[in-house]
This record gives sequence, C-alpha cells and structure tokens, in this order.
Amino acid sequence: MFEYTRKIREIARKLLEKGTVDVFIGYRKGTVAMMNEPVLIKDPAEVDFLHWDSHCGLNLCNYLTGRTDRIGLVANGCNSRNIVTHIIENQIKREQLYIVGIPCRGIIDHRAVKRAVGNREILEVGEEGESFTVSGKGFQEVFQKKDFLRTNCAVCVHRNPVEYDEMVADPVPELEGVNPFKDVEGIEKKSADEKRQFFTQLIASCIRCYACRNACPLCYCPTCFVDESRPQWVGKSIDPVDTMTFHFLRAYHCAGRCTDCGACERVCPVGIPMRQFTKKLNKDVFEYFGWEAGVRADQRPPLDVYRVDDYNEFVK
Amino acid sequence: MLEKSFTKEEWTEALKELQSAYKVFVPVKEGDFHNFRPLKNGAKPSFDFQNTRLSAKSIIFPQSERMFEYSLDDSKEDAHIIKETPKDFSTQAIVGIRPCDALAFQLVRINFDNPQYRDPWWIQRMNATTIVGFGCNEPCASCFCTSVGSGPFCEKGLDALMVDLGDRFLVKSLTTKGEALLGALKSGKKADGTVLKQAQELAKGSEKKISSTVPTDRLKDKVVNELFSAHFWERISFACINCGTCTYLCPTCWCFDIQDETCGKEGDRIRNWDACMFPIFTLHGSGHNPRDKKLQRVRQRFMHKLKYYVDKYENGVACVGCGRCVQFCPVNIDIREVFGLMNGY
Repeated sequence: MFEYTRKIREIARKLLEKGTVDVFIGYRKGTVAMMNEPVLIKDPAEVDFLHWDSHCGLNLCNYLTGRTDRIGLVANGCNSRNIVTHIIENQIKREQLYIVGIPCRGIIDHRAVKRAVGNREILEVGEEGESFTVSGKGFQEVFQKKDFLRTNCAVCVHRNPVEYDEMVADPVPELEGVNPFKDVEGIEKKSADEKRQFFTQLIASCIRCYACRNACPLCYCPTCFVDESRPQWVGKSIDPVDTMTFHFLRAYHCAGRCTDCGACERVCPVGIPMRQFTKKLNKDVFEYFGWEAGVRADQRPPLDVYRVDDYNEFVK
Repeated sequence: MLEKSFTKEEWTEALKELQSAYKVFVPVKEGDFHNFRPLKNGAKPSFDFQNTRLSAKSIIFPQSERMFEYSLDDSKEDAHIIKETPKDFSTQAIVGIRPCDALAFQLVRINFDNPQYRDPWWIQRMNATTIVGFGCNEPCASCFCTSVGSGPFCEKGLDALMVDLGDRFLVKSLTTKGEALLGALKSGKKADGTVLKQAQELAKGSEKKISSTVPTDRLKDKVVNELFSAHFWERISFACINCGTCTYLCPTCWCFDIQDETCGKEGDRIRNWDACMFPIFTLHGSGHNPRDKKLQRVRQRFMHKLKYYVDKYENGVACVGCGRCVQFCPVNIDIREVFGLMNGY
C-alpha cells in the first residue's frame, strides 16, 4: 500500500506543478484508526498529505459535483464507475478530470475488525501485504485482509478502474465466479410480511442523520425529497413509517445508478447494512437490462432512455 | 451521603426493584454498541462499555416530541385550537451515564432554562430525573474530558456515582435525589474503607489514562471576526458531507426544528432534533439562505461550541470531550484539531 501512496504523491506533484490540474483530491491519513479524511490539495508542497490504504472507503466522486475547475483525483473501481455515472448525468465533464487509477484489493470492513477484537478500542492498524495488524491496549492481532473485506468488496468484479488517465500500478486480477446477489436471493425468498419485518428490523436504530444519503455520490439533488416542505413528501420525525419511506425512496432513486461502492454502509453511525436496500435494484437492473452502473460511458442508463422500438406498449 | 457496595448481581436486581418508584433508563447492548433504553420488557442492563453510541440527551430532549395537537374537523367544538399533548413527567432515573454526558445537561441548561426562555418540557423532565453517573475506568483514546472541565470521575451534574470495582459496584450519593434513590434500595451493604480507597485510586489512575488534550485557554480572547475569517475553515470543511452524525451524537447539541404533521383532519406539532450541518437548517421563508455553503455551516458548528458559547455565557466551551464526533464523523473531521487551530490562531 505504501507503494500506492508514494506513486499517488508523485503523480499529484507532477500534475499540480505542471498545472495540468488546479486541485487534487485524495485521502489524508486519519486521526482515528481505520478512518481517512478526504482532502483537497492545491499546493504541490502539500502532496505528502496524500495517503492510500485499505480504509479509503468513502467515495471521492461526491466531491466533484458542481466543480468548474480541473481536478485530479484517485479512483479505484467503484469510484471510477461513479465518475462515469457523474459524466453521463452531466454532473462533471470528462475533460475536467485527471483520473489516477487505483487497482483495488478491497477495503477493510472496520466494523468486522472491531467485532473480531471484541469491540475493544483499536488504536493502530498496520498493513503488510495481504495481512494487517490491529493493536490496542494490551492486545495485538494479525488478520488476513481477505477475511475482513467489506461485503461489497468481497463480491466486487470491477476492482480496476473502468476509466482513468494513469494507473498507480498494474491492474489486479478481477474476481471470478462470485455471486454478488446471494444475500438478495435470500431476501427474495421471504414472504411479504417477512420482508417488511426484515427491513423494519434493519432500520430500527436509524437516527435520520442522512449520512448514508450524503455519502452517496448519486445524491446530488439541490433539495432532497426528505427536505422538501412544500409539498412535504415525508415526515421528519423518527416515526418508523417515515424512516422506512426515506430509506426505500432513497434506494429507488439509486436504481440503475448504484455501483455498490458501499459508502452508505461505511458511514452509518449506527451500523445499518444499507446495501440491503440497493442490492435488489442492482440485481433487477442487471437481470432485466444487462446493465451495471458506470461501466460504460457510451450508453444511456436503461432507466433514463426512451426508444421508439421499445417492446413495452405502455411507453408508446 | 450514602455509600453502598453491591455485587453485580445485586445491582441488576436492585435496578429492577427501583422500577416500582422510577422509570429506569440503563445502557443496553444492541448489536455492536450500547444505548440507553428503558429497563422494561426484558431489556438487560449492561455496564460493559466505554460509552454509549448515542448520548443520553434524548431522555430529556427526545429526538422527536409531540408538543401540541390540533383538529381541522369543523364539526368539533375545539377545531383549529391547538392544545398541549399530554406528556410523561414521571420520576425517572438514568443509571450508568458517563460523567461527560451528565455534564452536558448542565451546559445545555443555559439554553433550555434561563431568565428569558424556559422550556417547560425539558425542565420538567430534568427535574423528574435522578442521574446516576458511571466512572470511566478505561477512557477512549479520543476522549478529552479533562481539557474541558470534566473528567472520568467528575461529579458535576450527578446525583450519584457508580464505580466499577471488578466484582462489584460502589454507588455513592451526591445529592438528596441520589440519596433518595440509593436509600430506596434494600440490597447493598455500607461501603467500607477498603472499597472507598479502591475507588479513589481507580479515579486517580483513570485521569492519567486520558491521552487526548485540547487547548482552550486563548479562545475567549480571540476576536470573533478574525476567527470567523480564518483561512483554515476551507481545509477543515472540505471533507464534510453535511450529515447529522456529529450533531445527533453530540450530547451538547440542542438545536431543533418544529413541524406540523397532519393526517386527515388531525394534526400534531412535532419538535425534532435539527442539525446546523443540514443546508435547510437556515433556509429562510424568502428563499434566502445565509449559510448555503458547507464552509459556513462547518464553521458555525465549531464557532458556536468553541467561541460564541464561550463569549455569551462565560461558562467554558460547549463541549464535554466525549469524543463521539471524533470517532464517528464519517469523514474524520476531528474537533481536537479544530480546538488547536482556533485556540492558536
């Protein structure tokens, strides 16, 4: 991972010095174990803040919306797919960007690591190749990365960026033979009542902080439907019906757009497995339209396209 | 002052016993973390935590609260007349709250109970509450309570204090409320000198374990406008995603929003927690938004806690050093760094 960091700094310095970009967006090593802070660098002298490790679980595409300058940024597979989605949806122009591609070996699930040490306080995490060392007061454990990947990373088939200007290293082999929708299949088998119960339970601890929505690069509406007051689409209290409405509507707005980057799940302060809301939609869009969000820049997403030869009568 | 020692089993039983006179809130383990829940329906108290994920603030200041109700049904005599929704102000106890979170109630009292404004519900709930603190034997690395007027065994704002001595709890009363609570319990024996000494040493040792400190000494003397225009806000605010994690997890954030919710012809006026990180927090009816930029909002949160509050109330900073925002900010904006930047500007 250190090699990635070194290379990112080198590229960022070059881009900023030459004036290829005005700003460079990457991660800075966090002040808390397994947390990193998105950072914007303007001065080539500051590129040494840039950092990469297996805890860069936010989606930097979030920070592109509405920018008018030329931006360099790091992007692994899923982040690059969100960049493509942003381009398709006219949120940023390709020519504004210099994408530094990260061949991604997966991001570590920080909650799983905490669980594995009995929720004791982790003070430091170090990475050595495919393993990582976790230490705190009176304990030190070595874990294998493959056992602690975030659930989305464990089934990711686009680890390498789909769009980039320069790579920090050679591509990593893509996973083969994984079924990304295994958990969805389990939910599909439930009865309607069981599904309701499942999702009710899932969001029981939601505090409506909207970290999930705000960490998602797809959520860039100037005013979100939950914030609208005229008309008021959904109540703002923590009434379970309103909370459920928020979660389902948010998910539906991501249909055919979600890259399963896992940012929503990572940021939740109460640990709700947010991807359970979006995965069924990803599966349907894949099965009905053969579409994976953000993989192709030369085609409109199936849910925002009109075709005269559409086989459905109702659209004609 | 009463000082009693309970075996852990005795204490669990004692809390059940307490329910005849109090609504008892205790830390309950839910999945990976603890939160305060009413001790009923088989909720099992668990005192094996560093701190609860959410502070106890919602017990006094609920995240959503029905303030008033009204009917738009003209056939009713009281149509269009807004009436107070009946509320529960019965005697209650929060057992196992960390000293930092308990001090937070004292810091926010200035907002809810002052000569100009008195929030009847916050005050009545607070008056009905007995607060049993829980000394921190193992503070988190992100805790900085000792820098901001609290400490792992700080007794400010507590009615009683629990200390975990391994196989037993020492519980001592600090106010008449605390004495009444402890006196109502049949179990537990009078704490002897050894137990008291053990507790004292734990408290001393724990204070030394606080590894984070923040500077506050120069905040008061800073010029507001200079801090307001400081260059560092741009960097600090860049990563912010405008979510409510910091404010909702914060024990001292007190802002709320009032909404009318009507269903058919019946309606409620509801007070919900609000967050200054949300863009619509300051959206005016005219459409103008004085804080429509992220930088302005992030700056507001820190300026409010570390400067405006300091200047207005001369009561220190509006932060108790619990470290929740440090640990759970999704993008790792660290208030400890902001303390340093503001104090050193």
